[in-house]
Amino acid sequence: MQSNLPDTPLANPTAPRWWLWIVDRIAAIPGRAWAVMLILLVMPLVANDFFLFQIFGWSFILGIVALSLMFLAGYGGMVSLIQMSVAGLAGYMVALFGESGTAISLGLPWWFVIPLAIAIATLFGSLVGLLAVRTEGIYTIMITLAMASAFYYFTRQNYTIFNGYTGFNLVLPPALFGVDWRQPVAFYYLTLVVAGLCHLLVTYVSRAPFGLALQGVRDNPRRMAALGFNVTAHRVAAYAFASVLASIGGILLVWQNAQIAPGTAGIHATFDILIIAVIGGLSRPSGPFLGAFLFVLLATFAPDVLRAIGASGERYKMLIGAIFLIVVFVSPDGLLGLWERWKARMVRDDMMRGGGGVDR
Amino acid sequence: MSEFARKHPVWTGLIVLAVLFAIWAIFAPWPAGFEDIFGRKKVFLNALFSGITLGALYFLVASGFTLIFGLMRNVNLAHGSLYLLGGYLGYEFAEWTGLWLLSFLVVFVVMGCVGIAMQYLVFRRLEGQDLRQTLVTIGISVVAADIMLWIWGGQSYQVLSPDWLSGPMQLPLVTGYNREGALVYLKYPKVRLAILLAAIAIGIGIWLALNRTRVGMVIRAGVDDRDILGAMGVPIGPVFLGVFAFGAGLAGMAGIVGGTFQSIAPGEDTRFLMASLVVVIVGGMGSVQGAAIGALLIGLAEQLGSVYMPTYAVVLTFLIMAAVLAFRPQGLMGRRG
Repeated sequence: MQSNLPDTPLANPTAPRWWLWIVDRIAAIPGRAWAVMLILLVMPLVANDFFLFQIFGWSFILGIVALSLMFLAGYGGMVSLIQMSVAGLAGYMVALFGESGTAISLGLPWWFVIPLAIAIATLFGSLVGLLAVRTEGIYTIMITLAMASAFYYFTRQNYTIFNGYTGFNLVLPPALFGVDWRQPVAFYYLTLVVAGLCHLLVTYVSRAPFGLALQGVRDNPRRMAALGFNVTAHRVAAYAFASVLASIGGILLVWQNAQIAPGTAGIHATFDILIIAVIGGLSRPSGPFLGAFLFVLLATFAPDVLRAIGASGERYKMLIGAIFLIVVFVSPDGLLGLWERWKARMVRDDMMRGGGGVDR
Repeated sequence: MSEFARKHPVWTGLIVLAVLFAIWAIFAPWPAGFEDIFGRKKVFLNALFSGITLGALYFLVASGFTLIFGLMRNVNLAHGSLYLLGGYLGYEFAEWTGLWLLSFLVVFVVMGCVGIAMQYLVFRRLEGQDLRQTLVTIGISVVAADIMLWIWGGQSYQVLSPDWLSGPMQLPLVTGYNREGALVYLKYPKVRLAILLAAIAIGIGIWLALNRTRVGMVIRAGVDDRDILGAMGVPIGPVFLGVFAFGAGLAGMAGIVGGTFQSIAPGEDTRFLMASLVVVIVGGMGSVQGAAIGALLIGLAEQLGSVYMPTYAVVLTFLIMAAVLAFRPQGLMGRRG
């Protein structure tokens, strides 16, 4: 968490404080991030529609859901497998209260439906969090996994709210500003902006007093309690915050697929989110997006690649599982961890060669 | 027991009343007004027995899970895969030789070896890193599910029970009167009764092994504090291997039972993984008695729930789990620590 705050103030000291704050924050964004942002912004010039909608759109969405897991696991030390269910619930609520091709949808206006969906999903996620924080460590995984599978079986059995096996179809985003948001370019920018905002929000929260206290709770709950912090409240609040992120991802997901069914938040989807977050790395908010991009690439192209080398194209899950196993075995903190270690080794090598300081 | 009765007279009275009511509901023919509210007695009795049998099956799966967890602090999320693989292997063996009973032994040995391989090749290398061990088991379950789908395809298989266990059997339980006014007794499939009896026998066997033998003493000590146990010079590695092999073998055997009782198909692995998780959370982690109680509760909740509130049966299971977590986070028979 090194800050790249400049030594000299950039703006006129008489300018209002909020302006200085914003300038400082923007100046603190590292050059690499600017480069990534620029590349992502001009992507529609080079990438075709399939890539924009199916690869990048999906990566951003899965990245947002995995980001909520990364927030809980990385900053809160709680590996929660409920995130995909929260996302699924938000998607279901959008389909139920908004418009869809199913008779039980209520058809309320979007500006009411979206906050409502986020609120309901957040309430659900917080309630699960309230139960899950009563136990610690490895138990959290078990309990959240049990609840996630209970949610899956419930959506499959229940027809009055979740419409059972079939779920909802024709769930479309509102045509706001006269734009069809399911057009590849529009959808690309929609997901990009939302993902960027979520990333920014998590980065901000992780450095805000709440995020720092949460990291303290992760490292030593007893000491934090002795210092007067309410450990349980911080953990439940973390679940609530992560649920908001997950439900945003869930709403985007239902818009992308234009439908939602029990399998959307099934047990395999739950594991997929964990796999994404772990492959990317749980230590930084950019990890989940990296993991999601890799996952989507694998899920999309592995069948073709496998077929090209003569294997059966249906075995791509095995490939993803195997890569996940290798990453877990080789690097505890995912691809980002590998990258950091490689960078550290380069620096060490440079210093051994007597290269002195390395500019960053 | 008597101490509890002296401390909580009201609760004791209520429990006694509930037990008496349950005994009456099971053994006596129901009066007409009662049947109007609760439906036919035959339906109730069938759901009750299915629930108990399902609980027996859950116990077979979950007891290995809870032992492995208690001793090694290893949440084996590939436990459902072991169940499914055992079911498939049992099906293949029973089809090949026609020996249903022998398939249990064979599958127990084969799955035990698989368990030993998992413990030896994977978990031993990640000793003490709970999270990574759990992640590895998720990876294994994903890969295993795909390999099994590859080999056995998407259709479901039914393990056929031998002739001497097929057909129903009359139980001395009244379901009601027939048109002539004579008592009608419950008919229940023989094979399910056999499963129930076998599960009870295995449960008693595990309890005796844990509480009356030296190895059981070592395992119980390991559940309480494995570091001290190791420091006292007990060779802890072989004990871990043995428990893992036993748990895996039990899960595999449960696969055959599940294949005979219901069927085996892709997706059953996650279903039984979920069942084991819930059973262990309700019963208490690392406790075999807890697994038995939890399995019975969850099995009954599922079957009675699916009869009396069809679209909300899962909610009942979920509510039981939530209630246990809220009031007794360590589980019904679990110990704090």
